[in-house]
Amino acid sequence: MEKDKNFVLGIYNDEDILLSAIRKVRESGVKIQEVYSPFPVHGIDEALGYKRTRLPIAAFMFGLLGTTLAVTMQVWMMGVDWPMIIGGKDFVSLPPFVPVTFELTVLLSALGMVATFMIVSDLKPYKKPRLMDIRITDDKHVMAIDLADNDLEKEDIKKIVKETSAEEINDKNF
Amino acid sequence: MAIPVDDILVKEEEKQNLSSVSVIREPLVTGGKTVHDVTEDICRQVEGKPTLSWMLGMAISLGTLGIGAYCVFMLLWEGIGVWGLNKTVGWAWDITNFVWWVGIGHAGTLISAILLLFRQKWRMSINRAAEAMTIFAVICAAMFPGLHMGRLWLGFYWALPLPNTFGSLWVNFNSPLLWDVFAISTYFTVSLVFWYIGLIPDFASIRDRAKNSISKAVYGALSFGWDGAAKTWMRYESVALILAGLATPLVLSVHTIVSFDFATSVIPGWHTTIFPPYFVAGAIFSGFAMVLTLMLITRKTFKLEDYITINHIELMNIVIIITGSIVGIAYITEFFIAWYSGVEAEQYAFLNRMTGPYWWAYWTMMTCNVISPQLFWFKKIRTNIAATFILSIVVNIGMWFERFVIIVTSLHRDYLPSSWAMFYPTVYDVGVYLFTFGLFGTAFLLFAKFFPVINMAEVKSIIKTSSRQNS
Repeated sequence: MEKDKNFVLGIYNDEDILLSAIRKVRESGVKIQEVYSPFPVHGIDEALGYKRTRLPIAAFMFGLLGTTLAVTMQVWMMGVDWPMIIGGKDFVSLPPFVPVTFELTVLLSALGMVATFMIVSDLKPYKKPRLMDIRITDDKHVMAIDLADNDLEKEDIKKIVKETSAEEINDKNF
Repeated sequence: MAIPVDDILVKEEEKQNLSSVSVIREPLVTGGKTVHDVTEDICRQVEGKPTLSWMLGMAISLGTLGIGAYCVFMLLWEGIGVWGLNKTVGWAWDITNFVWWVGIGHAGTLISAILLLFRQKWRMSINRAAEAMTIFAVICAAMFPGLHMGRLWLGFYWALPLPNTFGSLWVNFNSPLLWDVFAISTYFTVSLVFWYIGLIPDFASIRDRAKNSISKAVYGALSFGWDGAAKTWMRYESVALILAGLATPLVLSVHTIVSFDFATSVIPGWHTTIFPPYFVAGAIFSGFAMVLTLMLITRKTFKLEDYITINHIELMNIVIIITGSIVGIAYITEFFIAWYSGVEAEQYAFLNRMTGPYWWAYWTMMTCNVISPQLFWFKKIRTNIAATFILSIVVNIGMWFERFVIIVTSLHRDYLPSSWAMFYPTVYDVGVYLFTFGLFGTAFLLFAKFFPVINMAEVKSIIKTSSRQNS
């Protein structure tokens, strides 16, 4: 956790006002550190200029790993390590391997993607959250502006935030 | 230090124009709730003391669990001979209960995954409880194949691909029973992860309201340090969407593979290609019925009428009509094909179902599954809470009989008339079934008390478009 960080917080009640506020603040050249919300706000990623997450790629790669592992495992166990005659069937035939291959693809894809999500978002048990405002998980949206990121004076930033019809404007120091 | 904002740029009228409530669709949340009300209403159950009805429910569940546990102990002690199985009918209540519970476990992921992909927002107030139900139902289901092995502790060697040096050979990947192991365990794991990801933001809400240090610590640990950052929300939504995309074919695959347990065999009445879609439709049918049974009770005892509205109940009943009709058509198709195939054994199996010694089971199934859901064509019935509650239970009785009919009537008269037999359940058949009811009830009640029963974050996101209509 960083020390001595000073933030200006704009607190909003309404997601549409928040979205227009984000645009206005960014247009006036102020850098927003992050916006915190009680629920996912549609279009906030574009307003903040975030790039699309690459998590789908992670999911695909883990899925591919699952497919490979499943096929290798079945072919090796049934065909190489200990071939057995079961009802006169071929040792290695792909159709009966489809269900297990499918399940392992889904399993590894899901678990791998979720693990990636946890790691990149730094979500883990017993982690102390750095909460900008206790009401974020209830009903308030908070726009956090890091003073160190901006050349403008604190009062100027507050003025810009004030013009976006924020409900409250607070200071927060970590 | 708070600075009140005097000169509000957006005027009150403009604010109202910003709100985009649909005039065509009925609101999903009634009572003019605000975002803060959602937090208050849902957290109240978690923060308050257990109510009398909760205690009563818990006492009944634990009592059932205790009686059942004795039967499970006797089963493990004596072996599966205590069940009413015989050499002709080697699968009966156990596999019936297994398929029944797995079927019930389908609604949760269907609601949260398929309805998410279809952008059906009404799923938002029911998905949390439905997913919990899925997870508990799958645990109950998995009990049965495990116990049926007789020596549960050897299940690892028999079901998992462990090296030959562990004492047995590699598992047989040609067997649908092994596919089941992979399907059910994958389904369970993915459903659990999906459910937990959804719970994280809500645990954070409870954490930030917690008054005493125990709940602060517990919900703090459970909420994984969630802070509501837009970047995390963006990733969270992406994860939810992909999990939904993965869970959709998964949920369809699970009951398909369960149906393969029967369909890949050569038993007349079992080896039919119609089984996969027919089982999946039946699973959704019974799952939705169970969701309705549970939600109607939860809604009443927790006073959640504004979140789980008549509108929700009606929509779920419509799903029941659709899937119930698919099931009905499947029954008739099965019959037609049995006749049309010209295979005598197949024809006999189906005639025996209808008119043989288990005719009463067959006709119970037909009445409960084919006729009763058709009553929901009447708007009066599908919007009536008492009627919905009764019919939801009737549907699940019917679906239990469906599995019983498929399993027992196909087995009890096999190719040799000298080995024809009847199956009669013993007290241990009933007792082990009761055990899973006790387990399910206990788990669900614990969930209802300590977890937020409605997905707060998701419901909050639709408050603006779907709630203020009534205020």
